[in-house]
Amino acid sequence: MQNNFQSLSYFLPELLIIFTILFVIISDLISDLKKYSYFIAVFGVLCSGLLLFTAGYEFNPKMIFNNMLVFDSFSYYFKSIILFSTLSIIIISKYSNELDDEYRAEYNTLLLVVLLGMYLMTNSINLIMIYLSLELVSIPSYVLAGILKNDKRSNEASLKYVIFGSFASGLMLFGFSLLYGISGSLNIYDIHGLIININNPSAILFSIILILAGFGYKISMVPFHYWTPDVYEGSPTTITAFLSVAPKAAGFALFLRVFTALFTDEGTFQSALPILNLSWPMLLAVLSAVTMTVGNILALRQKNVKRMLAYSTISHVGFMLMAICTLTPVALNGILFYLLMYAFMNLSAFYMVIYMHNSYKAETIDDWKGVAFKNPVLAFFMVLNLVSLAGLPPTSGFVGKVYLFRGLFYDKEFLWLGVIAVLNSVVSLYYYFKIVKSMYFYEDEKKKVVHAHPVLYCSIIILSLQNLLFYIYWSDLYAYISGLF
Amino acid sequence: MEQYILSLLIFIPVFGALIMLPISKYLGSSTPRVVALVATGVQLLLSLWLYCNFDSSVSIPNSPFTINVEWISHFNIFYYVGVDGLSMPMVMLTSLLSFLCIIASWNIDKRPLGYFSLFLLLDAGMMGVFLSMDFFLFYIFWEVMLLPMYFLIGMWGGPQRHYAAIKFFLYTLFGSVFMLLSMLALYYYTTPNTFSLTTLIIEAPKIDVSLWGMDVRYLIWIGLFIGFAIKVPIFPFHTWLPLAHVEAPTAISVILAGVLLKMGTYGLLRISYPLLPFEAINFAYTLAVLGVINIIWGAMNAIAQIDMKKMVAYSSVSHMGYVLLGMASIVSTSTAGAQAGLNGAVMQMFNHGTITAMLFLLVGVLYDQAHHRWIVYPDNYKDQEVAGKLAFGGLASKMPVFNALIIIAFFAGLGLPALSGFISEALCFIGGFSAFRTITIIGTLGILLNAIYFLRAYQRVFTGPLNEKYKSLKDISNRELISILPITFFVFLFGVYPAPLVNMIKYSVENLITIFKSVM
Repeated sequence: MQNNFQSLSYFLPELLIIFTILFVIISDLISDLKKYSYFIAVFGVLCSGLLLFTAGYEFNPKMIFNNMLVFDSFSYYFKSIILFSTLSIIIISKYSNELDDEYRAEYNTLLLVVLLGMYLMTNSINLIMIYLSLELVSIPSYVLAGILKNDKRSNEASLKYVIFGSFASGLMLFGFSLLYGISGSLNIYDIHGLIININNPSAILFSIILILAGFGYKISMVPFHYWTPDVYEGSPTTITAFLSVAPKAAGFALFLRVFTALFTDEGTFQSALPILNLSWPMLLAVLSAVTMTVGNILALRQKNVKRMLAYSTISHVGFMLMAICTLTPVALNGILFYLLMYAFMNLSAFYMVIYMHNSYKAETIDDWKGVAFKNPVLAFFMVLNLVSLAGLPPTSGFVGKVYLFRGLFYDKEFLWLGVIAVLNSVVSLYYYFKIVKSMYFYEDEKKKVVHAHPVLYCSIIILSLQNLLFYIYWSDLYAYISGLF
Repeated sequence: MEQYILSLLIFIPVFGALIMLPISKYLGSSTPRVVALVATGVQLLLSLWLYCNFDSSVSIPNSPFTINVEWISHFNIFYYVGVDGLSMPMVMLTSLLSFLCIIASWNIDKRPLGYFSLFLLLDAGMMGVFLSMDFFLFYIFWEVMLLPMYFLIGMWGGPQRHYAAIKFFLYTLFGSVFMLLSMLALYYYTTPNTFSLTTLIIEAPKIDVSLWGMDVRYLIWIGLFIGFAIKVPIFPFHTWLPLAHVEAPTAISVILAGVLLKMGTYGLLRISYPLLPFEAINFAYTLAVLGVINIIWGAMNAIAQIDMKKMVAYSSVSHMGYVLLGMASIVSTSTAGAQAGLNGAVMQMFNHGTITAMLFLLVGVLYDQAHHRWIVYPDNYKDQEVAGKLAFGGLASKMPVFNALIIIAFFAGLGLPALSGFISEALCFIGGFSAFRTITIIGTLGILLNAIYFLRAYQRVFTGPLNEKYKSLKDISNRELISILPITFFVFLFGVYPAPLVNMIKYSVENLITIFKSVM
């Protein structure tokens, strides 16, 4: 355990983000520096990434700030994903026509605050810290969703997000207070030791359900998903892309850490049994099945591409939950593996949506007609992304899904979930391929050839290329991930 | 050379597709065709070379052509390709039909670059399926094929192409996800965990786990069966087939019926049978019944069709039923019966591939000139004057060469002796009769039903007074003739001298029977 001062050396990436936030705000206030705020933000995040990677991780977790945070490989991995996707979003946002130039600096500041919050989410181990970091992510997200001030849908998105968010975090806080009342501690590892032999597990089960509400809202698990489609549709596309990747990754980090630390019999990532034989994995399995099914079924009828991708995100969350409920280390590795690929392919798909909006003001699937013949390269990579999202070879999405299935075979209790999951991937193919159909099977003479900005163009292609890369060879990546714990 | 030949067979089309994209920008508009022709031509030559050097008595692990290198180490996935008597005819069929289909689709003008590059990827996928000896690799090739097929039907197909494409895709995917689960179950419940099909032959029968009150091996069998049955297609999973075949462009219909359907039965013989012989024996009767239903149901549907292509499509359903019946007869108590049935099944896979390719190509030739394929105009035809009347008639006098070819194709389809269809169908029935008397007797009705629709179609289209509308029809062109004559040669050859085909497959068939005899 490290005291506050010693802890600072493990906190450098976060500190750098804090300073970057301040610099961006200051640069926005001085009119000469205003145009540099974007570069300050990018530079700050890059430096933070540099610090993150040079510091690396230590195999034995280090408690820092008087047991408030933990410094370990798990948070390191998630931070890398979060950092990468946030950086990518900040860069791409510059080339999106949707955003108002006047608020660029505020926009970047808010993104950086969310980034800081997500960093903390991945390594909080104190209930209060968990709550604060969640709110640090949520509150700027509400503002970001509503940043298009003159767009009614954006305002609606923001308001819905606030109402759902505050309700869910209230429930979660109640769950935390129950745990605190039972154990008298706020540190999740201490709580685990105190509740492991408790006589009355029903209070614990109750708090599990309440905490699930809070986390479920963050990762948009059914039945706490209602905000997702509206927020994703109303927000600027850059923010939609961001919300569908980075906070999801952070939410899963928190979910995995809290549930494995608090509610398994050994309190580590390696445990295989739920605490006190409470059947929360079964509850989670049911929720997972419902989440993927609801997400997919509702996506079938969507005409708006962003809304459809919102539902697709929900179904992907269901897939990842499937691996959590089996509580085996291989399944957890599978989630880490899948999240990385999911982040890449989803970002790439959303960047294509940004390109379509920039070039053709496209909103619905019908607006995508004939794009394949106007920009064949981007259309091809979009197909790759969609195939990957549907989880078919030859893409990394398929490999990722195979790894999510792995845990099911170790714990036969949940194999039925595998059957539901594969049926869902058949359903999902239908709506993903509505976009493909629109792009390739129709001609649209009214559309002109519009070239994407090189940065946007390269981002889509590079992010999408991983679909092939990790499909052809993923051995080392998986070996790295499984070496983390 | 021996080491690389199988990889070359798979990846030469991929290479062709890749170089086609950049170079067609600089060279003329017919570059895609030429590249595709060269790529499939080289593939055909390589497969001929393979055939000449192929020794069917050598098992896959000992064969000089086999490659087995590690791909993903911690998941035990190997790049394991090999060829044996079961896959050899399919490899020949794939390379032959691919080459001829490129010739047949020479006149594709709509986005030739996309068409030919996708065709080559499809070719690579099919080749990969027949050569993979690692289940994971097999599955990947199996799925990879779907994407080019989806685009080929959806972009170059007939009026209902969009619906046909997605229906084909969803149906096949529905089957293959169950195959995926079965594959993973095979992997996780064997020790050591493996995808290698040659190791799984030994390890899979040892699986002793129960799930939901059932033996897990039985569930694996069911999962695999759903996957393969949809591809064959076995009744009641056949409804995607007529639509996809009718809407696809001619060359793609040929590939669909000639090669893709065989992948289903090939999968059963390559994976389900040797890995789970005990379950296969229990399931054999059901399989035979399904086969007979396929024969009868497909033929009865074909009789009802007034669209020639749809008729041919349903005839495929019927003909694949023979394969199933032949396969099911492996449980026959007499070894000779089992041999006959299984040999017949594998031969029928090849022969049906050639016969149906011929039928589709010929219907395509007629369609290219007449722009429709009706035998009889439907009642709701847009031109009410001709609705319900014969669409063609007396074409034999206008198109003598074409007429001769269609007679060969139709008679091969209905199983006339001295043409290849007869031998394999007869062997399937001999095998079937030795194992399941009653249902095989019912199945033989199929021969009669097959004759009905083929002869009736011939009579309505080619005989009688010449329809004045088609006075100006030209006979088959040289290019079309080149694409059809090689297949015609095989239809004749294996009708009178099937020894080369039998020699190719007999050792693999015997191995399979040995596996079955050891558990019976």
